[in-house]
Amino acid sequence: MDLIRVKNVEKKYKNGVTAIYDLNLAIEKGSFVFVIGGSGSGKSTFIKLLYREEKPTKGQVIVGGLDVAKLKNKKVYKLRRKLGIVFQDYRLLPKLTVYENVAFALECIGEKKDSIRVKVLKALEDVGLKNKVHEYPDNLSGGEQQRVAIARAIVNDPKLLLCDEPTGNLDPEKSMEIMKVLEDINKSRGTTIIMATHDKEIVNKMKKQVITLKDGHLVKFKQKGTYAE
Amino acid sequence: MKPIRMLGRSVRDAVKSVIRNFSLSLASISCITITLIIVAVAVVASFNVQNFTKAIEKDMTIVVFVDNDAEEKDIENIEDEIKRIANVEKYTFQTKQEVKEMMQQESEVFKTVLDTWTDEESPLKDTFQVKVKNVEKIKKTALKIESIDKVSTVRYGEGMVDKMVKAFSSIEKVTYIIVLGLVLVTVFLIINTIKLTISARRKEIGIMRLVGASNITIKLPFIIEGMILGLFGSIIPVILTTYGYLAFYKHFDGYLYSRLIELIVPEPFIYQTSLIVVGIGILVGMIGSASAVRKYLKI
Repeated sequence: MDLIRVKNVEKKYKNGVTAIYDLNLAIEKGSFVFVIGGSGSGKSTFIKLLYREEKPTKGQVIVGGLDVAKLKNKKVYKLRRKLGIVFQDYRLLPKLTVYENVAFALECIGEKKDSIRVKVLKALEDVGLKNKVHEYPDNLSGGEQQRVAIARAIVNDPKLLLCDEPTGNLDPEKSMEIMKVLEDINKSRGTTIIMATHDKEIVNKMKKQVITLKDGHLVKFKQKGTYAE
Repeated sequence: MKPIRMLGRSVRDAVKSVIRNFSLSLASISCITITLIIVAVAVVASFNVQNFTKAIEKDMTIVVFVDNDAEEKDIENIEDEIKRIANVEKYTFQTKQEVKEMMQQESEVFKTVLDTWTDEESPLKDTFQVKVKNVEKIKKTALKIESIDKVSTVRYGEGMVDKMVKAFSSIEKVTYIIVLGLVLVTVFLIINTIKLTISARRKEIGIMRLVGASNITIKLPFIIEGMILGLFGSIIPVILTTYGYLAFYKHFDGYLYSRLIELIVPEPFIYQTSLIVVGIGILVGMIGSASAVRKYLKI
């Protein structure tokens, strides 16, 4: 079954730049998809359309049966609760500990304290940081910080995990650690993962589905693709 | 349960934020304090003015002066006529002799002056003092009495009361304008305080949006912060009103200048006033923070 369906989508920014032209694709539930392309290819815009940070100028973006394009600003939070998002710059709160950073996501949506504790510890275990719960983000390495961000993104057990260049700030070794974590989440939780990246090595090693964008156009959508293709 | 949890979280965040931006919070609180002190004084004054204008109106009497050449039967006739007027509640009659004695008792000055007059020379007249049921119709009643035969003149205190009420109401108006101006300045300061809070927490707000916090969850802490500023700002005015009014009341023994102006009994008046002051403080805080949220929190 398709989790995401994108139909005839065009995105033109207010400054006149068109980031995406007539995009059509479908992504199955439980899949792991890379979105690749150079700078300005529309990768980030594509991810932003999925979590309704941007609205398409034309077409439909359906995520889990919900037409995101038609979603009112007030109702966006309902979509956000169903997905997790990870960025290149981690976006952690420096004054909160690892545990508190992850718990923050659940507190914001009014989860009970007991249930928060169980879910947060499970998420931190999944990303291999159970022994760092009381540390502050500034005391962690980049890779560890990104894993905290991933834990925060999956703590509510979302159906979809969106990653915008999650390894962009990390060295190859740490990048592969992150990829391992993401692959585990994909397999154990069945979470659909869409990851925008320009890291050739990762894409070639992982052998996952690859969406290639160029200047806002879909060039290829391959099962088990590589960057070179 | 969930709304209570979210409310608790919002209050906690709001208190933290007040402490974090302490200097700016203090500026807002001080401004609210000054505004509310003036508001409190205005409230106390206007309630008291209302109270004693009502009391004066209630006590208002028509004084009917009888012609000097009136005989006993004329006075009886006047009495009958007064009795017949529907708006008359009760009346008393004093002969000029009684009036003279009453005035002589009232002050030494009067006594000396009155003693120099013989009965023929005395300007005093026999009088009826008439209390009416409805003060608003006092003028009509007075005119009716004036038209009775052998009635010389009729006096009622309408002119004085009118002037007093007018004076007080213009003082009240000026006070309201000052209060309004201060409220506006306060709201402006609160908007700036909350604006700073919002920008200090921009990152946090961004993350809240990402993880699916509803708009109300994001806005509520800021609105509550404004309300807390209002609440804190009302502490000193409430204390001042309560103890200030108690002391004022005690000092003047419940009356201002004369028995005519009776002050409102402090209890429960001071509690009601405090409630009004706190209410206005919280409301002003809320209006300020709500407009800051609308203006600066783009969600």
